[in-house]
Amino acid sequence: MSSTTFQPETRGVVRRSPALASRRKMVDLTVKWLCMAATLIGLFFLASIMLTLLWRGLVALDWTVLTEEFRPTRYGDDTAPKGGLVHAIIGSLIQTAIGTAIGTPIGLLVGTYLSEYARGSVLGNVLRFVSDVLLSAPSILIGLFIYQLVVLPMGGFSGIAGALALAIIVIPVVVRTTEDMLQLIPNTLREAVIGLGAPKWKMITLVCYKAAASGILTGILLAVARIAGETAPLLLTSFGNNVTSFDLTRAMASLPIAIYQQANSGFPDLIQIAWSGALLITLGVLAINIIARAVLRGRN
Amino acid sequence: MGARAAPKPIGRGRGVDIGDLLFEWMCRGAGILVLLLLGGIIVTLFIGALPAFREFGLGFLTSTDWNPVEGRENYGGAVAIFGTVASAILAIVFSVPVAFGIAFFLTELAPEWLRRPVGTAIELLAAVPSIIYGMWGLFVVVPFVQMHIQLALGDYLTAIPLLGFLFESRFFAGTSLFTAAIVLAIMILPFIAATMRDVFLQVPPVYKESAYGLGATRWEVVKGVVLPYTRISVVGGIMLGLGRALGETMAVTFVIGNANRMPQSLFDPSTTIASIVAMEFPESLMGSLKQSALFALGFLLFVISFLVLAASRYLLRSRLKA
Repeated sequence: MSSTTFQPETRGVVRRSPALASRRKMVDLTVKWLCMAATLIGLFFLASIMLTLLWRGLVALDWTVLTEEFRPTRYGDDTAPKGGLVHAIIGSLIQTAIGTAIGTPIGLLVGTYLSEYARGSVLGNVLRFVSDVLLSAPSILIGLFIYQLVVLPMGGFSGIAGALALAIIVIPVVVRTTEDMLQLIPNTLREAVIGLGAPKWKMITLVCYKAAASGILTGILLAVARIAGETAPLLLTSFGNNVTSFDLTRAMASLPIAIYQQANSGFPDLIQIAWSGALLITLGVLAINIIARAVLRGRN
Repeated sequence: MGARAAPKPIGRGRGVDIGDLLFEWMCRGAGILVLLLLGGIIVTLFIGALPAFREFGLGFLTSTDWNPVEGRENYGGAVAIFGTVASAILAIVFSVPVAFGIAFFLTELAPEWLRRPVGTAIELLAAVPSIIYGMWGLFVVVPFVQMHIQLALGDYLTAIPLLGFLFESRFFAGTSLFTAAIVLAIMILPFIAATMRDVFLQVPPVYKESAYGLGATRWEVVKGVVLPYTRISVVGGIMLGLGRALGETMAVTFVIGNANRMPQSLFDPSTTIASIVAMEFPESLMGSLKQSALFALGFLLFVISFLVLAASRYLLRSRLKA
């Protein structure tokens, strides 16, 4: 380090005050180390979460987790059959699929409106603002909203209520990426299509969507990843269930809620099952995220 | 027809294509639906909250009671409101320096080949579902706070005059306001760090190069050029993190202890609006006063986080335009 102290690059300053120069170097070096430490802290947390999940989740992850329904604890009775999470996995798949199926077209149309019809208009700006706020709004409030709107009139918790809550969460994610991706399309392409005599809606649906397809797909994947792990709104809408159910008008299980309930049960065997569920869901969500990034990068 | 206000004069051939009209109105209709959704959320929360607001009036904001016993029902939101704001602000305090360090590292210090993988890893922190943060928090962070931080800090910091009480607690379960703030800080870290990195990258290289040319060190460039140039967006990014922290539910529910009592120290258990709703709403009776009180808390949470997120959006608008 002595060489940096005695031969700094900043000659003008050094001639006047070597002490000042070395202090500036020291400050710079300190900040540099602190920033590296900060980055390591961030990476450490990610590693800690992943290792904890792998460590605790792999222990309990076996075939029964994927094939059996919920069973009460085996605590004190090792001969009792082991339970699993298949009811929750099925419930999650159903609600995520319906939520995505409802939310995606709406989000796609809104994103199209913002990019192709409402650039600079008042309605467009308000809509963009509202969509951005919804993107970060507390998801539990969406649960309360659907509770008032669907659960109360229906007289009870239901799978369809859960799917609707998830759909509301999907919309702003798809809006954001759709608008961003459509904006990347050069106007010359649009002009070329219009110049051939095509109406605007054909230009958008046949050319723009095709050009932005991988970006839009990324948005949908990110939305799926987001709702697959959502817990809070489901607590107030589909509530959870201990058996497999395909009935959308009744309470329906979901993986995050099953994890939540079993992790807080206090029984070691149920907590183990919760860990394996947590591992499954995290690997799924992170895999979707990484695929989404790869899709987007493959495009550029 | 409002459509004629569209700035681009393309798509106007001979007369109006019926498909065009239909498609534009489908898009606009979807947009209006989203506006109605936001309006609907506000209205339904308020309707649900009305009985509680009527019953308790403004006192709801200051009362710390939470008594569901029939006949003596009395609900106040002060503890949950305080817990929400305190945990979120504390999380910001923990998170911002680290986020700044990461953003500085990723934009100025890291070699080119390292930037993308490290940046992606930090962004993946944002993808981890909040229930996972909750479980990890409960089984990893809570014991750590209990065994190490609380005892260590308790030994030294309780001696500080005036502020010592913050660290002195008679609760040793490890679930506390402090633990919740730590977990929240990790959860909002990627949002703040990513925003900061993106705005740091938008500083015109010429400005930085001029400062480097004058002999400034990297820290001096960030302090004297990058931060002043980006400070509005940086505050916007922090507000975004704050907005997220205010409404976070599952992770907090796992680690805050869910005690409806005013915390006397950082290590006391507490509760937040989101977690009290998650804990108590599913088991409350339809149409009960308790349910209405929870709706009232939800309405307040909506108002608070809407204001914070709107401010964040406003401060980040220059970034969004670019």
